[in-house]
Amino acid sequence: MKISFTLNGKSTEVDVAPDRRVVDLLREDLRLTGTKEGCGAGECGACTILVNGESRLSCLMLAAQLEGRCVTTIEGIGEEGRLHPVQEAFIECGAVQCGFCSPGMVISAVDLLGRDPNPGRGEIRRGLSGNLCRCTGYVKIVDAVETAARRMNAASDVKPDAGEKERVVPGAPGQGQRR
Amino acid sequence: MLEVGYSVPRFDARSKVTGEEKYAADCFPEGFAWGGVKRAGIAHAKIVGIETAPARALAGVIAVLTHQDVPGTNRQGLVHKDQPVLAAEKVRHWGDPVALVIAESRETLARALSLIRVDLEPLPGVFDAEQALRPQAPLVHESGNLLLKGEIRAGKGEDALGECEIVVEETFEVPFQEHAFIETENGVAWQEADGTICMHVSSQAPFRDRFEIAHALGIDPLKIRVSSPYLGGGFGGKDGATVQCLLALAALNSGGRPVKMSWDREESFVAGYKRHPVRMYYRLGARPDGTLHGLHCRLYWDTGPYAHLGGEVMELGMEHAGGPYRIPNTEIEGWCVYTNNPISGAMRGFGVCQVSFAFERVMDLLAKKLGMDPLALRIKNGLRRGDKNCCGVTMVHSTGIVPCLEALGRHRLWTERDEWKRSAGPFKRRGTGIAAVLNAMGYGRGLPDSAIARVELTPEGKIRVFCGVVDMGQGNSNAFLQIAGEILCQDSSCVELVHPDTGRTHPSGSSSAGRTTYTYGNALIRACEELKAKLFHRTALFLMLDEPRGLALAPGAVRHLPTNREVPLAMLGKSFPESDRVCISEYVMPVAQDVPDTGKDFSIGFPHVLFSHAAHIACVEVDELTGKVTVEKYLAVTEGGRIINPQGFEQQVHGAVGQGIGYALMERLMMKDGRILNPDFTNYILPTSLDLPDLDSIAVETVEPTGPFGMKGIGEVGINAPLPAIASAIEDAVGAAVNRAPISAACVLHALSGRERANDADGGVQR
Repeated sequence: MKISFTLNGKSTEVDVAPDRRVVDLLREDLRLTGTKEGCGAGECGACTILVNGESRLSCLMLAAQLEGRCVTTIEGIGEEGRLHPVQEAFIECGAVQCGFCSPGMVISAVDLLGRDPNPGRGEIRRGLSGNLCRCTGYVKIVDAVETAARRMNAASDVKPDAGEKERVVPGAPGQGQRR
Repeated sequence: MLEVGYSVPRFDARSKVTGEEKYAADCFPEGFAWGGVKRAGIAHAKIVGIETAPARALAGVIAVLTHQDVPGTNRQGLVHKDQPVLAAEKVRHWGDPVALVIAESRETLARALSLIRVDLEPLPGVFDAEQALRPQAPLVHESGNLLLKGEIRAGKGEDALGECEIVVEETFEVPFQEHAFIETENGVAWQEADGTICMHVSSQAPFRDRFEIAHALGIDPLKIRVSSPYLGGGFGGKDGATVQCLLALAALNSGGRPVKMSWDREESFVAGYKRHPVRMYYRLGARPDGTLHGLHCRLYWDTGPYAHLGGEVMELGMEHAGGPYRIPNTEIEGWCVYTNNPISGAMRGFGVCQVSFAFERVMDLLAKKLGMDPLALRIKNGLRRGDKNCCGVTMVHSTGIVPCLEALGRHRLWTERDEWKRSAGPFKRRGTGIAAVLNAMGYGRGLPDSAIARVELTPEGKIRVFCGVVDMGQGNSNAFLQIAGEILCQDSSCVELVHPDTGRTHPSGSSSAGRTTYTYGNALIRACEELKAKLFHRTALFLMLDEPRGLALAPGAVRHLPTNREVPLAMLGKSFPESDRVCISEYVMPVAQDVPDTGKDFSIGFPHVLFSHAAHIACVEVDELTGKVTVEKYLAVTEGGRIINPQGFEQQVHGAVGQGIGYALMERLMMKDGRILNPDFTNYILPTSLDLPDLDSIAVETVEPTGPFGMKGIGEVGINAPLPAIASAIEDAVGAAVNRAPISAACVLHALSGRERANDADGGVQR
């Protein structure tokens, strides 16, 4: 089945089985291996991507669901030669250890800051609660998101719309949260 | 500039946050096939037959292999070779591998595995270490269920308890723990035209893997090449063969194609290694003034069906069974026992995590009985340099438990603990608990803990560090570049790392035992100093100096200070052959010189002489209505010598505490007859960002003169304290002792309601 979608800003057409998992399409077929798989069941968040600007779990989505959508993977975060402020803050604050959860964690943080440019530590913790990290104890990850938010707000006078949009795309991260 | 002692951001962080870093899991070689394993699906059974024909006949199946196809011994194991690559006569646990399939696609692989019929004759199983020692117990191995009985004795042993005015006694149980690295066990392997098996694998010990594969499959170890990139977590669970022998076998049978194997999360749970569950019977005796006098303990370790590192885990646990205290008379007995449970092995804390719960709980019990402040009791008995530990080994290296406890005592979480307790809201109770722990470094006696560092000036003038010891996420490779940068005065753009590869780097042991940065770092310091001397000699030639004096390294160059002339490193790099630009140096960790006349049962590992120390404090809040325990505040005070990178140090402390809180409160492997009922993250609950507080970390910086720049390894010590500290805090909050982990809300609720549940399988509380 031919599927057309926008991938990291480029229009993309793939010929793929409609029931192929998006995580496999990205990692194996398109070799965008920045997206990781940790559980295959929507629990760990390592495979988080943005679909139409909202975080989704690529292990719970099928290729056909991408038709006409706009997909951003970790490879599409930041600009050419310039990291996203969240990525910069992760590096500086020591939020990265083994790094296997980092791409998913960065995407969830970008998604969170898109919805809420000025979150408190509790809100950051809630926003990242669908992403498991086994190395860090989360403290430095929360520090990094706080730092990134501060810098992004300082850099921009225009505050993005903080309103929650209606979620219509399947594979929402809520399915990966237990509590 | 890369300097030691400074929080240089990790150089690997950038490629990790952009997704560019290639882990073993990201390797999809051209033309690869998928390999996968048919697992027993029963805990104990005789194999009558294995029907593979339908799977073989399936289109897209390249090979179906059983034990009959395994060349060599078909036995793997780090110390005892008792684990088959593919099971032959019987299966001994649920995840035992019975057949290996190579297929064109994952879908075909899954279908082929489902078509394999294993004819099994069920045998009665045994699922508890003590029960497995009974005479009528089913035998996991024909040689018996006892893998190792060990004894450590100092002074008068158990008899000293008779001399004690006060004796406390209690039984403790700790559960399995899953490593739960986010990158599961995986790798790729292929055979080169000359017959060499090449493997790129998520492993903590590529050099040792080579010998495991060689022994199991009857291959010349020099015809095996193993490389390991960064690991997506390890924590001990990738120390020892997981996919390695299976992948090598697949590569021998794939017609030259690369084979990829990646365990899914369920397979990782079912077949992967675990932390040992242990039952611990403790008796601790003291004098009326609180001076510890005698300790007796009996420890039963469930190692599952194969030895793996069971005996060594038990050894380390027994060696730490007396905690960071002076106890002149001890008798520590341990039984490491085969069962039909999952395989237990190495995990961060390596046996110490288990006994820490017991010795810190009996210290609390003793403090209560003496009416003594628990912190004062610990400081009074804390080991100081020159003291003998519970095995009779003299502490000759930095011994910082007392400074840790003193720092904790000055902290507001301790000084304001009564106020914290009183300020609990409605339907809440609050409590504070402390724990003092230690953790040995290195392999111990009987196995040299060595590393070989190679450092090269490249033709481009960069410093290249060939690292033979894996970075599973703990940041050792960053420390190595920092060390090289410090000695050779280069910034991060001028140093680079070669990852462990048996074809390019030198054997440097496993990434484990808190030894990684210590041992390799020491080797690297020597290699860098030699390279520095070599560069000075070559520079003297270029500058036509009488002798190599007055020279200093500067970024990108060697400078002659009296004349301010410089020779660029790139010029030096281009002017000499490789053999003249490389320095290789080796280091071996010191071992105990006063080996006590005990612990004779341990062929390797006993005793250790270098330890890191920590004192932790946990402030918990208990919900009276639900029993839910929340860790509200947490402080770890850690002594690990000097710190190479403060940010990296904190990362290790935070991570260890996070895993320790999971171990204490939420991580429960639900077992039924050897089967894991929750092999997933839905029901095996890991701490999320909502479950952990903002952890605090304080470093007590001693100097360890043998360490690289005075450091010791601290990656493990932090996981030993959360369980006892939290248990102590819960007791402070609810007034009932918690002696079994994980401590569920249900068991706390029962404690609150005043009911006793001594035999509650859901966690134990005793009033």
